[in-house]
Amino acid sequence: MKALSASERRRRRSLLVMATLAILSTLIFGLLQKSGQNVTYGFTLDKEWVLIQQWVISSRTSSLLFGVISLLASAAAFLQFRAGRTIGLASGIGSAGIMMSFLSWAAAGKFIPFTGLLQGALLLSVPLIFGSMAGVLSERSGVVNIAIEGQLLAGAFVSGVVASLTHSTFLGLVVAPLAGCLISTLLAVFAINFAIDQIILGFVLNVLVYGITDFLYKKLLIPYQSTWNSGPTLSAIKIPLLWKIPIIGPILFDQSIIVYLMYGVIFFINFSLFKTKWGLRTRAVGEHPTAADSVGIKVNRLRFMNVMIAGLVAGLGGAYFTVGGVGSFNKEMTAGKGFIALAALIFGRWTPWGAVSAALLFGFADNLQSVLGIIGTPIPSEFMLMVPYLATVIAVTGFVGRVRAPAADGTPYKRGESH
Amino acid sequence: MRKLTKKRPSLRALTLPGLSFVLAMFFGALLIAFSDSTVLKHIGHPITFIKSAGVAIWQSYLALFEGSVYNPSLAKPHDALLSWYPLSETLVTAAPLILAGLSVALAFRAGLFNIGAQGQFIFGSIAASYVGFAFHMPIGIHVVFAVLAAIIAGAIWGGLVGLLKARTGSHEVIVTIMLNYVALYFLMWLLGTTRFLRPGRRDPISPDVLPSARMPHLAGDNYRVNLGIFVALAAAAFVWWLLSRSTWGFRFRAVGANAAAAKTAGISVPFVMTTVMAISGGLAGLGGAVHVLGSDFSLTSGTAGNFGFDAITVALLGRAKPMGVVFASLLFGALRAGGGTMQANTNTPIDIVLVIQALVVLFIAAPAVVKWVFRLKNLKTTGDLTAKGWNG
Repeated sequence: MKALSASERRRRRSLLVMATLAILSTLIFGLLQKSGQNVTYGFTLDKEWVLIQQWVISSRTSSLLFGVISLLASAAAFLQFRAGRTIGLASGIGSAGIMMSFLSWAAAGKFIPFTGLLQGALLLSVPLIFGSMAGVLSERSGVVNIAIEGQLLAGAFVSGVVASLTHSTFLGLVVAPLAGCLISTLLAVFAINFAIDQIILGFVLNVLVYGITDFLYKKLLIPYQSTWNSGPTLSAIKIPLLWKIPIIGPILFDQSIIVYLMYGVIFFINFSLFKTKWGLRTRAVGEHPTAADSVGIKVNRLRFMNVMIAGLVAGLGGAYFTVGGVGSFNKEMTAGKGFIALAALIFGRWTPWGAVSAALLFGFADNLQSVLGIIGTPIPSEFMLMVPYLATVIAVTGFVGRVRAPAADGTPYKRGESH
Repeated sequence: MRKLTKKRPSLRALTLPGLSFVLAMFFGALLIAFSDSTVLKHIGHPITFIKSAGVAIWQSYLALFEGSVYNPSLAKPHDALLSWYPLSETLVTAAPLILAGLSVALAFRAGLFNIGAQGQFIFGSIAASYVGFAFHMPIGIHVVFAVLAAIIAGAIWGGLVGLLKARTGSHEVIVTIMLNYVALYFLMWLLGTTRFLRPGRRDPISPDVLPSARMPHLAGDNYRVNLGIFVALAAAAFVWWLLSRSTWGFRFRAVGANAAAAKTAGISVPFVMTTVMAISGGLAGLGGAVHVLGSDFSLTSGTAGNFGFDAITVALLGRAKPMGVVFASLLFGALRAGGGTMQANTNTPIDIVLVIQALVVLFIAAPAVVKWVFRLKNLKTTGDLTAKGWNG
């Protein structure tokens, strides 16, 4: 057998992990399950066209079925791997099968609103996706962005307060990106102009935003709640016809404007990063600034601009908490979402689609945790909440493939200094 | 090797932290003035505006001082010393902070950024409180065992990070950020189990540690100040000795200054990384023990508070030197202790402390700002926080 390259070894190892999990879930959730209860999946949310109302199946059969699907997918992935083809689709089906096998086991005797589960997962992913897109923008050009949390929180605070004072969701949406941008401007000035350690800097900026918003929350938002902190919220907009599509319609096309903006941001960033001159330059600056400089790219100017755009994106994501959600601002309401976004960025290997997939996965884990928490299951919810964090640790330690940051990520660039 | 040679300590080392603190307090004062509704009412009249702003700022900062050092109104006829009660509170807050700060500082000196002090602190407090409430031991011995358990628990949680970094090259910042959350959720899960839940309670709180496992009070039962502060000072002395007097410390600093050069010189970098993170974790775990056995006595989901994160600001303000960490912790301990009083007596929330902390660190990291504001000529403008990034 010929020697495998590093990336092939990595893919083989992740295949082995998937196959093992598929076997285990078929065994534990399927064959060894004794509950004999049914699980009911609901598929309708609203008045969309109905393909199937609900699906009742024995929990054991369902777990077994999905376990076998994941086994077949693993086998298919293995064959494709041997033939030297990509294994993305087969791995996706395999992972989903494992997940469903687990869900069928955990929900024995219960009702699972399947469409609602996915819709909730998307909603919980929204700030993660905005945050990780901000991370992509900034880190692909070589500036580490730990301040995502602070940018989200600043966006949430300012948009909530402005929407409340002006009674306008539109103004709330407009100022949120500016607030995020203000924080990222600080990040850019200190990281690029003063060349301070960006990890420390991001950390300090988070503390600063926590401090200022906590302070103003107690001093202004609580005592003068009716004027300062009771903002209007955005309502959902149904996209004609599209929202009627069974299952995916209500999930994707019956959302507030922020979610539609998010779709735009994802496609725009992915397209620009890989298909435009700006994208090529951004990646060059993040990987090898000296080379980029030698062909006339203004390294620090480009980095500065990208960090500012990152702030705009994260700030908009912050608006999702207030005008896009409950309307009023709450102390530290981002609750570490910025760090999960950072985890998604890393887990997704610093690529836009990777980060989006990771964010969706983490959002799904989060929502699954709360749904299972409500119906009651054998797994303590705290362990479900650990999933994104443990997954990221496993990802960076290289168990299922080493993740690598852009080569110059976090290194300030000064002309004439070799790196 | 210039970095490794010992420099003569001088007053000039205090210039930057001191001025940074003054500048941060100034911005804090602006925040107090411009968010106060009574002050803002006078915004049209410059003189009354400045006067009322001055009053608001003075009252807030006075309350901060009275809550952290000396408050004459606390004195009682039979016990005038009670007016120093706030100082005892400052020491109580500073003790765990010193230990967590030493944890971050030690890792810094070896070139590692330990954001995980929070998680290590949590594991330390879990271990200390479990040994403290679940076992019966003679007084004296009990404390020692509880403290040892905390050090070991923190050292394992921290050492794991060093091991992962040494074996797989995974960045310690990413791993520690993630492990902090894992530790927190682990604690929350633990508090729901019958072993840890206090009998008769449904909210997540553990039983109190037994009196035999508590840190003895230093100044009678009226004051909460306890042996913990001496434990913290001893740990600071130990870290000083370790870093500047021992062979291990020399290796740690060599790896911190230039890992590649240290490797060439025959120092085992993976060993150093794992050991440093284990000792760091042990220090943070000890901080958890001092907190639980010295002043809190029971475990809740908020046990670690902000200690692990304040530790980072403390280590930065103290420039990763043991003595610096002690003074920085006393300062931030005072701000925390006084902040509570300030929030109760004036309408300035305690959260201003976070703003001041963040600004102090920001100014220390960017000396150019301080230099420009105070028109200083010979302050060195490059901070000692060299940038590295994910692949460094």
